[in-house]
Amino acid sequence: MSRSDSRMVLWGLIVALLIAVAMFQDVAVALTIAQLCLISALMALGINLQWGYAGLFNAGVMGFAALGGLAATLVSVPPVREAWALGGAGIAAAAIAFIATVAAIVLSNRKMSGWPRVAATLIFAVVGYAIVSHFLAPAILAVESHDAAQTGYLGGLGLPVMWSWPVGGLLAAGAAWLVGRITLGLRADYLAIATLGIAEIIIAVLKNEEWLTRGVKNVTGLSRPVPFEIDLQQEQWFQPLVSLLGGDGITAAAIFVKLAYLVLFALVLAGAYFLAERALHSPWGRMMRAIRDDREAAAAMGKDVSARHLQIFVLGSALIGIAGAMLTTLDGQFTPGAYNPLRFTFLIWVMVIVGGAGSNMGAVLGSFFVWFTWIEAEPLGQWLANAIVAGWPADSLLRIRLLDVAPHLRLVLMGLVLLLVMRFRPAGLIPMRG
Amino acid sequence: MSLLTGEAMCGGYGGADILHDCTIQVDKGQVAVIVGPNGAGKSTAMKALLGMVPLRTGSVRLADNDIGKLSPQERVSAGIGFVPQTDNVFTSLTVEENLEIGAYLRRENFSTVAAEIYELFPVLKQKRHQFAGELSGGQRQQVAIGRALMTRPQVLLLDEPTAGVSPVVMDEFFDRVVDIAETGIAVLMVEQNARQALEIADLGYVLVQGRNRYTDAGEALLANPEVRSSFLGG
Amino acid sequence: MVDGFLNAAVLFANFVLVPGIAYGAQLALGALGITLIFGILRFGNFAHGDLMALGTAVTILVTWWLQAHGVSLGPLPTALLALPIGVAAAVAVALVSDRLVFRYYRVTRATPVTFMIASVGVMFVLNGAVRFIIGVDDQNFADGTRFLITANGFREMTGLAEGLAIRSTQVLTLIVAIVAVAALFWFLQKTVTGKAMRAFSDNENLARLSGIEPGVIVAYAWIIAATLATLAGVLYGLDKSFKPFTYFQLLMPMFAAAIVGGIGQPVGAIVGGFLVAFSEVGLTYAYKKLLAYVVPDSWASDGLIQLIATDYKFSISFVILVLTLLARPTGLFKGKVI
Repeated sequence: MSRSDSRMVLWGLIVALLIAVAMFQDVAVALTIAQLCLISALMALGINLQWGYAGLFNAGVMGFAALGGLAATLVSVPPVREAWALGGAGIAAAAIAFIATVAAIVLSNRKMSGWPRVAATLIFAVVGYAIVSHFLAPAILAVESHDAAQTGYLGGLGLPVMWSWPVGGLLAAGAAWLVGRITLGLRADYLAIATLGIAEIIIAVLKNEEWLTRGVKNVTGLSRPVPFEIDLQQEQWFQPLVSLLGGDGITAAAIFVKLAYLVLFALVLAGAYFLAERALHSPWGRMMRAIRDDREAAAAMGKDVSARHLQIFVLGSALIGIAGAMLTTLDGQFTPGAYNPLRFTFLIWVMVIVGGAGSNMGAVLGSFFVWFTWIEAEPLGQWLANAIVAGWPADSLLRIRLLDVAPHLRLVLMGLVLLLVMRFRPAGLIPMRG
Repeated sequence: MSLLTGEAMCGGYGGADILHDCTIQVDKGQVAVIVGPNGAGKSTAMKALLGMVPLRTGSVRLADNDIGKLSPQERVSAGIGFVPQTDNVFTSLTVEENLEIGAYLRRENFSTVAAEIYELFPVLKQKRHQFAGELSGGQRQQVAIGRALMTRPQVLLLDEPTAGVSPVVMDEFFDRVVDIAETGIAVLMVEQNARQALEIADLGYVLVQGRNRYTDAGEALLANPEVRSSFLGG
Repeated sequence: MVDGFLNAAVLFANFVLVPGIAYGAQLALGALGITLIFGILRFGNFAHGDLMALGTAVTILVTWWLQAHGVSLGPLPTALLALPIGVAAAVAVALVSDRLVFRYYRVTRATPVTFMIASVGVMFVLNGAVRFIIGVDDQNFADGTRFLITANGFREMTGLAEGLAIRSTQVLTLIVAIVAVAALFWFLQKTVTGKAMRAFSDNENLARLSGIEPGVIVAYAWIIAATLATLAGVLYGLDKSFKPFTYFQLLMPMFAAAIVGGIGQPVGAIVGGFLVAFSEVGLTYAYKKLLAYVVPDSWASDGLIQLIATDYKFSISFVILVLTLLARPTGLFKGKVI
């Protein structure tokens, strides 16, 4: 089977699976799966850039995705003017003090050396900390206690939520630049541990800085780039579509909205894929692969390895940030507590490895298959458990237990898929070319 | 019939051959030295004897046994002691522990063998509770050889043992090598310091591009004007 | 005045010192396993937290079974009786995962990253398996005597205003940890196999040339790591409670402890465990009340005098981890690698 044949077969399989879900479960479920497949694929594309092109092990996916989610709230939520009035000045002063502190430390590090440098750094850090918290603490208190049940934070810019997608990308890129500057010198496995740790720190900040993010109280009811189902049903132009999509007005509106999201996500993914493929086959892509395959030789030929690594780390993380913003947009809410490494870092990694590291199409296909399995393993486990316990007495403890734990089957399944692919098909579904 | 014989060895690390029909032999109680210019395949020849370099053709025999199919570990248990050029001690273990690890395969009468080694290298006895990583280069080399001798090998292979060692220490070191050979062990060395090494060598091999160029007694090679002008710097 | 200092000292002991020692000992046991696997197999084992959860979950199930049959250790927790079975289960799982997963990559001499990604696969499987056998909820399985010294009892005994409570699980943690660490160090320093393990960790090629079989050394490493992980997990669960997700999260503080101490250095892992624990407990403790005892009233502050908000407790270990990797990757005790 040729390369393009096997791709067609795999795509056909995905479409068939989604159609099967639509027929036997629900059209809405199939569409939801497809939406998340697209978002995951964008994240996987970002990881594939970093790992497949450059051999950088980024285990901080969840942090960059959360920054994208933060962007969605900061861009779309209307500003809370009272909170700004109460704490805005204090927070601005704290920000200025913080920048001044950092500047003082950087300058003193440039100008001095030896123990005076250490002393100056310490003094500036302590004094700066005191000044920053002097302004920040009361301001935060004021903001967080203002109408805490409804707001208790500064809100955002009140712009259309779609703006948050590029902003999420930029935010993640900025964070990646900082993180990359300090960690990219580490060996791959240490880089993984370091990025995982940094991502946990980012999420801790998002969870706890309520004045900025509302923390674990979550920001709900974000604006949407597509109409609400309830409004849609009233629209004149929508009426002919109802009969086309079938069912009643509610179902049709739900499907239409999901399709609209699907198209938006697909456009972004297609754009990112196109650019990633262009990049891979450009001189830049060839250089990246040369660096990945033999770092020393590439460095000896005058390639600036660190700069190239930083570049690709920032680019890949930006894609993850965009995907994170898209995800929060789709959810309509930002829940910092939801970003756990299993779902947001390691699952994305399974997608990349299953798809075939170094192949963009592999990353996309891997995302579809892995996400599909991840979602459908739950009803499948449920169904399996039900089938097993069918004849058992209803009050049997084992029966209750089995039905209870069936959903966790998917974790085991994911682990097995990863291990089996690594062992027996290490190049993945779509092996990398060249 | 020599104790250790690598005969007509051809092979390399998978790519093009490095050794071409190369033969190395050493007998009981002898000191044999492999010398030659950089890239002549000296270390490769030694590693081939140990099984760390795959051979396409040729044979390796220890006494009467063909050991050509054995892994390096199995050759060690068959009676070959090997001291690598670098990373040849356990730096985070004490001197005594290094010797104990050397005796991992032959744990019986550890103390007798250790006593012999302390007799050969008295300074090690003094420092036996120090970490090997804290010793000087020359002392580390002694630990490395001591570790290899703990298995009571019939043959001792030394890969450039004097690299980075001061000239005074080097002379002292070669004296010990002669002592070791006198106990009946066959010693084979790869040496960068060809002149000094050949002075103590019963047998010398000059390798060039993986081939035997000259093979003779150490003194004879030192006296050979061609060898002197080409390989010993006049 | 003297009373003031005594009260301050008791307050510190009650809220920082005693909890820090117990938590530090638990982290140290976990970190020892991580550092051992890092030293011998040369990769960071992401599945370690879940291995710990698995051993603990099995111990809890057996504890429940024993309790249901009326078996008890009197003042000591019943879980101690169940512990050997939990340890055996964790060891078996570790050895099976090595045989089925890691051995292949060892034979093919794969890179450390490959091992690490494989350990992510094992992590997924174990994570699911633990939830499968015990569910996702919080489980309390401590029984026996709760306190050796209660806060009130301490007040009556000493006449001080502040109380010092010492839970029996805290003392148990310390005793078990001391015994386990002493046994480990005896093994590593005095036995031939232990020395061979250190040699293998120090210089794998030379160890192989000395006739040391990697398979044997690796098996010992897994047995020790899984045993220590189960001990750590059961002690942590007795001291606080057991929840699969919490155990998964403990992976990072344990990594931090192992790395800050120096990879492959058992002493470093122990020091690192206490360093991480005391940083977490000490930096998030509010010193307001304590200071009130020792400084004049006029100096009193209206803040809590808390260095870092409690919300960031978990982040402290991540900061330690990242700072160590960046500033001194070999750790305090000059570990290997990088």
